[in-house]
Amino acid sequence: MSRSTSRGARAKVADGLVQALVWGTAGTVSAVFLCLVGDLLWHGLAGIDLDFLTQGVERTGRAGGIFPILVSTFLILAVCLAVSIPIGLLTAILLSEFSRRNPTLSRLVGASLDVLAGVPSIVFGLFGNAFFCIALGMGFSILSGGLTLSCMVLPIFIRSVELGLRAVPSDYRLAGAALGMSHTSMLLKILLPAGAPGIAAGLMLGVGRALAETAALMFTSGYADRMPSSLMDSGRALSLHIYDLTQVTGGRPNAYASGVVLVALLLVINLLASWTVEHIVGGRVQRV
Amino acid sequence: MKTRGATRNDRILLWGLRGASVLASSIVLLIVYFLLAESLPALRRIGIARFVTDGDWLPSTAEGENQYRLVPMLAATLLSTLGAVLIAAPAGLLSAVFCHFYAPKALATLQRRIVELLAGIPSVIYGFWGLVTLVPILQRLAPPGQNLLAGILVLTLMILPTIAMLASATLATIPQAHLQGAAALGLSRWTTLRGVVLPEAAPGLLIALLLGTMRAVGETMAVLMVCGNVVQIPTSLFDPVRTLTANIALEMGYATSEHRSVLFVSGLALMALVVLLIGLQRQFRRSVTLV
Repeated sequence: MSRSTSRGARAKVADGLVQALVWGTAGTVSAVFLCLVGDLLWHGLAGIDLDFLTQGVERTGRAGGIFPILVSTFLILAVCLAVSIPIGLLTAILLSEFSRRNPTLSRLVGASLDVLAGVPSIVFGLFGNAFFCIALGMGFSILSGGLTLSCMVLPIFIRSVELGLRAVPSDYRLAGAALGMSHTSMLLKILLPAGAPGIAAGLMLGVGRALAETAALMFTSGYADRMPSSLMDSGRALSLHIYDLTQVTGGRPNAYASGVVLVALLLVINLLASWTVEHIVGGRVQRV
Repeated sequence: MKTRGATRNDRILLWGLRGASVLASSIVLLIVYFLLAESLPALRRIGIARFVTDGDWLPSTAEGENQYRLVPMLAATLLSTLGAVLIAAPAGLLSAVFCHFYAPKALATLQRRIVELLAGIPSVIYGFWGLVTLVPILQRLAPPGQNLLAGILVLTLMILPTIAMLASATLATIPQAHLQGAAALGLSRWTTLRGVVLPEAAPGLLIALLLGTMRAVGETMAVLMVCGNVVQIPTSLFDPVRTLTANIALEMGYATSEHRSVLFVSGLALMALVVLLIGLQRQFRRSVTLV
């Protein structure tokens, strides 16, 4: 009897310890998050005004604003999306709708995308430098940077669109087939509209990844902080600007402010992404 | 009613799909090809052995006298990854357990949102925060403050959301009936966790751990900013180190010929590490779904 109570007491102690550990960890994670965001906002918000967003970079970033940096960032993003959206959509359609008819190809594509998703960003940088900048002769340019990013973004975008298309109920497909619709019109009139949330979510995730990326751009789009005159011009992305500012003395205030701008952009995009994802999941649950 | 035009459109569509898929999957091959092509001169002229046996990392002295010891960088990559995984794996799991078994609903949602937001913060911001917040604290313990420990802590923060989110997804798949059974037996929460939840979730947790490891191995910006970037094999947590990724980021800008080629060799090594981890993970996932 006494042994069983001592075992009971020990179990109670273990239970309490684990509970403390679990709450402690969760609390620490939240505290660190608040500290990170709080520090960024505290030091960064003061530096942001209209001038900061609309003026050119002066004294290698210590003074002036980030307007050319923002323009370069959006141009890199535009190149990245212009390439990855068509390729990604088509590949995702093959994976979700035609994988049974092309089993070997879909398996190979799936495996290669899994590997691509895991390639470290600095390796993308090496590849982009060797392939786009040198082999294809694009040099350090917004075009090279955007194309390198599109390689990075593709696996995320494709997986998300594929999931979105797979979530379209098969009744829709059967109904379309019963009406004698061709694959092409079924795709355009039924699947793509019905899978739109997945496409939107994939787009947001891809944009988020592209905006956050730094290492892959160091040796592809380069460091030039002036206003880019064309896509063949070098242009510095916002994330790279933050890194660069930590390397110059007196750059910290503007690094903080640029950090707030970057995190704010990403926050909006991530919220949009998780909202659309929940939208899809919600729709699926409702049907069951 | 299929018209001839429609079937022709379908055929064009199908070839379009195939073409795009081949293009998308050829990126990996292109990456491997260019890594190999650029590394080949170094592999041929220097040989793998010298990356270990050379006395030091002196990549840009007079041609012919360069030394290319990669071991310190490899050690830094492995040690920082190991340290981060050792902390982030239990912490990520505990955070997921908190959301599923301990927290009231509102707090669980809040915690989940915070972890999601942490996952979305770019590595350059983690690096910056580490540099302005963490490094000064470590500096008081052991100057200069940019060291292996700073790298481990920042990496921990970065891979924790990955591990926590995947662990959480795994915990969600445990059948409610098993938990109710445990409750009916009057098991305490800890006993339920240890006896029911963890054994069932173990395969999923291992996959989460592998993905976290992968992210830590490949991380560049954060470790570049907080690790101090001194080429040496660390003897303590307070030694500054330079990882393989940081080495590439620091030297690609000016590296030429042989030196550049050696940097591609280190890229190839990173790629090999990642492919190994992905292979393990796929193998594992397959064996799990078979059971």
